[in-house]
Amino acid sequence: MLRFARLYDELDQTTRTSEKLAGLQSYFREAPPEDAAWGLYFLSGGRHKRAVSATVLRDSAAEASGYPAWLLGECYSAVGDFSETIALLLPEPSGTITPRPLHEVVEKWIQPLQKARDVEKRRMLPDIWSQLDSRQRFVFHKLISGTFRVGAARGLVVRALAAVAAEGGRTGGAVEIDAATMEHRVMGNWEPTAAGFLGLLQGRAVAEEGSGLYPFCLANQLNGPPETLGNVADYLIEHKWDGIRAQLIRRPSAEILVWSRGEELVTDRFPEAAAAGAMLESGTVLDGEILIWEDTSRVGQAADTGSPRPFAELQTRINRKPVPGTPSRKKNNGQLGLFGASDLAAPSAAATPIPFPGRGLVFMAYDVIEHAGGDVRPLPMSRRRELLEEIVRGAAARAAGSTWLPLRISPLVHVNTWGDAAAIRERSRESGVEGLMLKPRASVYGVGRARGSKDAGGGGWWKWKIDPYSVDAVLMYAQPGTGKRAGIYSDQTFGVWDESAPGARELVPFAKAYSGLTDEELREVDAYVRRNTLEKSGPVRMVKPELVFEIAFEGIQVSTRHRSGIAVRFPRIKAWRRDKKARDADTLETVRALLHASLARSSGVFRTAETGTGTEGHTP
Amino acid sequence: MPPPRDELLIPTDHGLWCAAGGFHIDPWKPVDRAVVTHAHSDHAVAGCGSYLCSPETAELLKAKFGPQTPVQPLQYSTPLAIGGVSLSLHPAGHILGSAQIRLQPTGAAAHAHGHAVWVVSGDYMARQGGGRGGGVGCAGASDEHAQTCRAFEPLRCEVFITESTFGLPIYRWRSHDEVMRDVNRWWTTNRAEGITSLLFGWALGKSQRILASLDDSIGPIAVHGALERFNEVYTRLGAKLPSILRSTSEQAKSLRGSGIVLAPPSADRSPWMRRFGDVSTAYATGWMQIRGTRRRRSAQRGFPLSDHSDWEGLLWAIEQTGASRVGVTHGYTEPLARWLREKGLESWIIPTRWEGEIAETGQGSSSAGEESPVAAGTERAADNGHEGSA
Ligand SMILES: [Zn+2]
Ligand SMILES: [Zn+2]
Repeated sequence: MLRFARLYDELDQTTRTSEKLAGLQSYFREAPPEDAAWGLYFLSGGRHKRAVSATVLRDSAAEASGYPAWLLGECYSAVGDFSETIALLLPEPSGTITPRPLHEVVEKWIQPLQKARDVEKRRMLPDIWSQLDSRQRFVFHKLISGTFRVGAARGLVVRALAAVAAEGGRTGGAVEIDAATMEHRVMGNWEPTAAGFLGLLQGRAVAEEGSGLYPFCLANQLNGPPETLGNVADYLIEHKWDGIRAQLIRRPSAEILVWSRGEELVTDRFPEAAAAGAMLESGTVLDGEILIWEDTSRVGQAADTGSPRPFAELQTRINRKPVPGTPSRKKNNGQLGLFGASDLAAPSAAATPIPFPGRGLVFMAYDVIEHAGGDVRPLPMSRRRELLEEIVRGAAARAAGSTWLPLRISPLVHVNTWGDAAAIRERSRESGVEGLMLKPRASVYGVGRARGSKDAGGGGWWKWKIDPYSVDAVLMYAQPGTGKRAGIYSDQTFGVWDESAPGARELVPFAKAYSGLTDEELREVDAYVRRNTLEKSGPVRMVKPELVFEIAFEGIQVSTRHRSGIAVRFPRIKAWRRDKKARDADTLETVRALLHASLARSSGVFRTAETGTGTEGHTP
Repeated sequence: MPPPRDELLIPTDHGLWCAAGGFHIDPWKPVDRAVVTHAHSDHAVAGCGSYLCSPETAELLKAKFGPQTPVQPLQYSTPLAIGGVSLSLHPAGHILGSAQIRLQPTGAAAHAHGHAVWVVSGDYMARQGGGRGGGVGCAGASDEHAQTCRAFEPLRCEVFITESTFGLPIYRWRSHDEVMRDVNRWWTTNRAEGITSLLFGWALGKSQRILASLDDSIGPIAVHGALERFNEVYTRLGAKLPSILRSTSEQAKSLRGSGIVLAPPSADRSPWMRRFGDVSTAYATGWMQIRGTRRRRSAQRGFPLSDHSDWEGLLWAIEQTGASRVGVTHGYTEPLARWLREKGLESWIIPTRWEGEIAETGQGSSSAGEESPVAAGTERAADNGHEGSA
């Protein structure tokens, strides 16, 4: 654990890639394999179930430190990180402590904590704390609270691992493994063992059957005009869907898995997507988006009809709590019972049908990553698209006769000029999409947000999003932020004017925004908050309502939990409107008008030719 | 709860006012008669009619405000009668010349205010077991030669006005020697890799404390111009600083890849840095105890080295005074006052101009532009020693 905690510090303390790489390499070279396996699992983003809730951790820490809860709260406001706050508060262990190897920490402490009842956890924690110094405690807290993040991208972790494999010192034989293959092998959930770790260094998979998951190819945001990208004919153009990005996997063993972009296994939460997987041949991995789709035209018999429902309808599925104690539907090989997501969701909860005819959940496929058990990422986009069309056609043929088609293909948008594309992008909001995706026909399926070069396959994907909604709002409340913004009043709530009561004009909170200001502006706002506090309640300060900000957001929906009656998605500060006074800010009525416009959105342009409104959206 | 109106010291919009003696303590606007705890900008403003302070502080004020500054030096532990009070200064262990101010009403004032002794701590660095020259000593160093000021001396009093910059239990300092070993090790590693070490810390106090503990066998040592006048005073008054280069462009050549350079935070990311080639940057301040602060600075390293008391130090110092009433100012006032109240003391918050802006932030990033490029190199930017501004 000490070695792992030291590595964590090293990665955290430097911004130099070379130093991070060196730190990781020496860890993989020197840590005992049974520890290195766990280290790699955590470093590469392997999921694990939270072992201790924030409440239990807080209460136990209050008891062990002798400080009251209010003082812990004050400390947290200053530190902005729960794991760190508690690590700093607890007294250092007395006397010498026996070093605990990482695998022992996991097996003897973390895993039993995951299984224990809260009273038992409270008993176990003080004993564990007495055997860790504050540096190790910090990392330990991150691991048990499920908040472990490390200052190195997985790409870097994988590079370090590949470099150690190429040295061959650990295994007595140097092996060259390219980073993309290595990354695929360490993704998702697997059982960290000494043998698995050494196997990776010898060029084998980490387990008999891995997670099946590949790194997602991410798009860069296009901010300038599309003309800068070159010839429109060199691009495949699609809509940018507003759903849940996922990989649909049919393993060689015929097992079906759905992994979200957050690398969470969500198979049980989206049984319809799993049903789409059943239409695939074994050894297939598709990339796409989970959407709620409405298709009343011919009750879902064609891949290219209908339109997406607002993201909010999908959200109820994400937020749904699994039923505790329900056994998971299927035991997934190579997946950790304790750390895996397999016990996250219960089919009884997730399989609730969507109570509208002609409306259902679909997997909107837009790329193929694995075909016939082989990695097809190096093929050019245009070739992968042909393959994808073939796959989806085959699946549809196999599903002929069923009333609903859960697997669809993202239609191509056919244009001759960038101007045509721009016109279609302009109508995105009515169509229920977020803009356009521009994918070079020659591009390979990249790892992460790869910009790529021409010779590496013609560059990466571009997202060309529509401009967000925006509203001018007044700063009402602020509280200290977390992480980098700990201790600074960076967590801000903004309000708009409610004029609904006759003769009264009152600010109502409407959005909480976290980012968007420059450091300099943030400092200024922080100073303003401190000097203009009207009222304090815990860490929250109510401030004199004077500062006006333009708040941008992606979506808007009805909310019963907010006083304003609305909730917005991804709110952020777009600009500080120093030119405006508080009275010039927008009204709740203006915001509600946006809401109504969004609800009244027609069924969009993805109609079949029969309904006559579609202009694009047909698969050739 | 606010103290009754006829107190010996009353907060005003200029600072703490002592009517019986006719002076302000650490005013933040110019006044006729100022009694100053130490030379940091948040305790001593330019333009006062007179400054009563320790002889060391007097020298530092002259270095800052000019040789004509109307200072009135008073030796530590030497009572001086001013109006209705007897005033004396006592070491606070914060920076060179830093003093606690002890006030005892006499004559009619004693009649009006009772005989209660008041002590205003100013900024102080106290630690249990840390006496003069011993274990902790001034600003931490255990090696007598590395000490750059006199150690904190606890005083008995009825009313204690304490600072609270680090008034939360998350602040618990490692020893000065331990942190300085890390600093020297960091410098050694950088040197081995051919990188210049750039260490940011307050120009007055912190920097001299670090300089006195650098291992000059590792490589050449240089300072930013803003430190020089303070180094001069420290050396003149007997501090043992290593031999130091100026960080001019010509000298930069001999430092590049091997030296360590001390500079105020305002120099971070300024064009001045370019002359040193490839650099590793670090901050030395108590705020570096918190990971978020370090990440916000994007510094490669953070050394938690403070000239203020940590939580335990504050509580220990307060206990030593035996005071039944404690006014809390300058920092995490609310939590400390509440803690003291829960322990049965009478405790209230004394507002300062700095509280809201600097101390409480834990970052001081919001304070009056110390970090802004505009302020870089200016007087305030150069020496503001309050850690809140670090
Ligand atoms: Zn101060
Ligand atoms: Zn000070």
